[in-house]
Amino acid sequence: MARTQSALPLLCLTTATLLALTACGTSNGSTEGQGSAPELTAQAEVGEGEGSLSILAWPGYVEDGTNDPAVDWVSSFEEETGCMVDFKPFGTSDEAVTLMRSGQYDVVSASGDASLRLIAGGDVEPVNVDLVESYEGIYPFLKDQLWNTVDGVNYGVPHGWGANVLMYRADQVTPAPTSWRSVFDDAEQNSGKVTAYDSPIYIADAAVYLMAHNPDLGITNPYALDADQLAAAVDLLKAQREHVGEYWSDVVKEVQSFASGSSVIGTTWQVGANIAQADGADVKTVLPEEGATGWSDTWMIGAESEHKNCAYKWLDHIASPEINAQVAEYFGESPATPAACELTQDASHCETYHSGDEEYASQIWYWTTPVADCIDGRTDVECTDYSEWTKAWTEIKG
Amino acid sequence: MSVDTRPADAAPGRPSRQALSALLYRRGRLRLAGLLTAPAAWLILVYIAALSALLITALWTVDTFTGKVSTTWTLDNLIQVTTDPVYQTIALRTLRIAVLVTVVDMVLALPIAFFIAKVASPRWRGVLVVAILMPLWASYLVKAYAWRNVLAEGGLLEWLGINSPGYSEAAVVIALSYIWLPYMILPIHAGFERVPDSLLEASSDLGAKPLATLRLVILPILVPSIIAGTIFTFALTLGDYITAQIVGGTTQMLGTVVYANVGAANNLPLASAVALIPIAVIMAYLLIVRRTGALNNL
Repeated sequence: MARTQSALPLLCLTTATLLALTACGTSNGSTEGQGSAPELTAQAEVGEGEGSLSILAWPGYVEDGTNDPAVDWVSSFEEETGCMVDFKPFGTSDEAVTLMRSGQYDVVSASGDASLRLIAGGDVEPVNVDLVESYEGIYPFLKDQLWNTVDGVNYGVPHGWGANVLMYRADQVTPAPTSWRSVFDDAEQNSGKVTAYDSPIYIADAAVYLMAHNPDLGITNPYALDADQLAAAVDLLKAQREHVGEYWSDVVKEVQSFASGSSVIGTTWQVGANIAQADGADVKTVLPEEGATGWSDTWMIGAESEHKNCAYKWLDHIASPEINAQVAEYFGESPATPAACELTQDASHCETYHSGDEEYASQIWYWTTPVADCIDGRTDVECTDYSEWTKAWTEIKG
Repeated sequence: MSVDTRPADAAPGRPSRQALSALLYRRGRLRLAGLLTAPAAWLILVYIAALSALLITALWTVDTFTGKVSTTWTLDNLIQVTTDPVYQTIALRTLRIAVLVTVVDMVLALPIAFFIAKVASPRWRGVLVVAILMPLWASYLVKAYAWRNVLAEGGLLEWLGINSPGYSEAAVVIALSYIWLPYMILPIHAGFERVPDSLLEASSDLGAKPLATLRLVILPILVPSIIAGTIFTFALTLGDYITAQIVGGTTQMLGTVVYANVGAANNLPLASAVALIPIAVIMAYLLIVRRTGALNNL
């Protein structure tokens, strides 16, 4: 009896707390409208800089000389504009979306699998490209794409792009692979040493493979999969999982695996191959015959940013040929501006990365957020969206 | 209560303070409330409110397109987490890893703790306890990455001629056992210290062999300490997500699923639902071991 009595006040307090929390949690229903971007307007002009700028970007995109004294394009920006840069790197697109949602960042380098989510969530605002001088020089095939333009409204300035290529240890994988088959149907040959990118977006890699080898499925865009097509991709990835030694999300960790031989074949970014080769690992990369997924980044401006003038100045700075050349060379990607190819230290850089090679670029399916409205134009079916891909990814990894 | 036991108002200097103590003395409930307010507030704010927030978040959903949390009530997440075979597999795997880590640590910690508490000379005792504590001064990440190198192909283990399990579930068990070992040794060591030497001498005087002494005298006294240690290793393993990512290869644990859903998929409600599983498991475990008195040994 005494026990019950002493527990009673605590119980009351708990209930009160629960009720209080519940009261906060009423539904507002404002996030229901799917697919359309919130009404936001772009700047009409660029004024004086506000003195500071916080940047959210992939590691390697914002260098101020602290990592390597020779690599610095932030100091010149700070001197020219007076906007002091505060840089925060992110590791995955999903992390970028979460961080951007906090409203603390003025600009972000969003890949295609993040940009649509940011636009739909009202986290980024339209960009008036007329105010960005360097915009004109950018490759036309990067402009007005699915991941940076919605309903004809432009949401940012294209940055570099690259493919998710196939990397292999040349001393251990013979003959040299030319097809994604070696990580799917033939994964057995390197069982336990296959690696794959640890993100739901990797499902698109399986879809690219199926598109070439299983035409009956009718996949025409790896980011527009109906339920049956997704199931086929999931089956393929589940079969692959038996032979996967490790999924990677951190490119440095992946490079280490290749260096030690724990992984011998799998998907990578060119920057990973560059690091591995610089470390002396005998790795090679290839763009397989089926084509590949890839990424194309867009510099976007936060809707809640208080430093929009500095933000526009940054967009202009990063897309200018001199800076674009430096970033592309340091990061290991194709520059977005043809003029940058003349300015790289390694004269063959643009050749290595197939910059401006439209045929090469046309083999790349740039990361795009999967949404319910099929982006391949089908209207008779509903496509699977990113949350379904995420659930499927958990299931694949088992 | 017929006799008035109140002390006479002897000190007239501080009437207000005296009035307060007199009031508290007369009103038992007020006194109790005063004593309990601070700890209860702490408990409610930090623990119960956080848990309730977790539970409530688990009942929300995420707008699939924008990825924002939408505050409409649904049981979908809880149903999915409890019925989907994938989450059952992951929960069972996590449980298996936690049990294995606990057993490995227990087997390693018992002789070590016994040696420190009962065999080593007093001078060495201090040195050994510091040696046990020392790994705790190093960063968790450094230790996990060190194991990544040790277990790698051509790593230290293979160099020593031992077959490395590679990045796998076994690797997770090994790395976590190493990382949590001090949390097992310390409570068991404290338990051994509490076993009086005279008891062991009495046992041997009465003709018991060392093993019998261990089984009949030491172990019963030690059980609460061992369980106290298992609570640490078990609970810490259930919630871990870093080691699994570093040496786990393809191994998914509850922690990595929570991490993937919060950090990557942006699905806080589903992550909350998954996070409720280890909470339920550890609460069940605490309820079971409550009667052994282990909680007094924490």
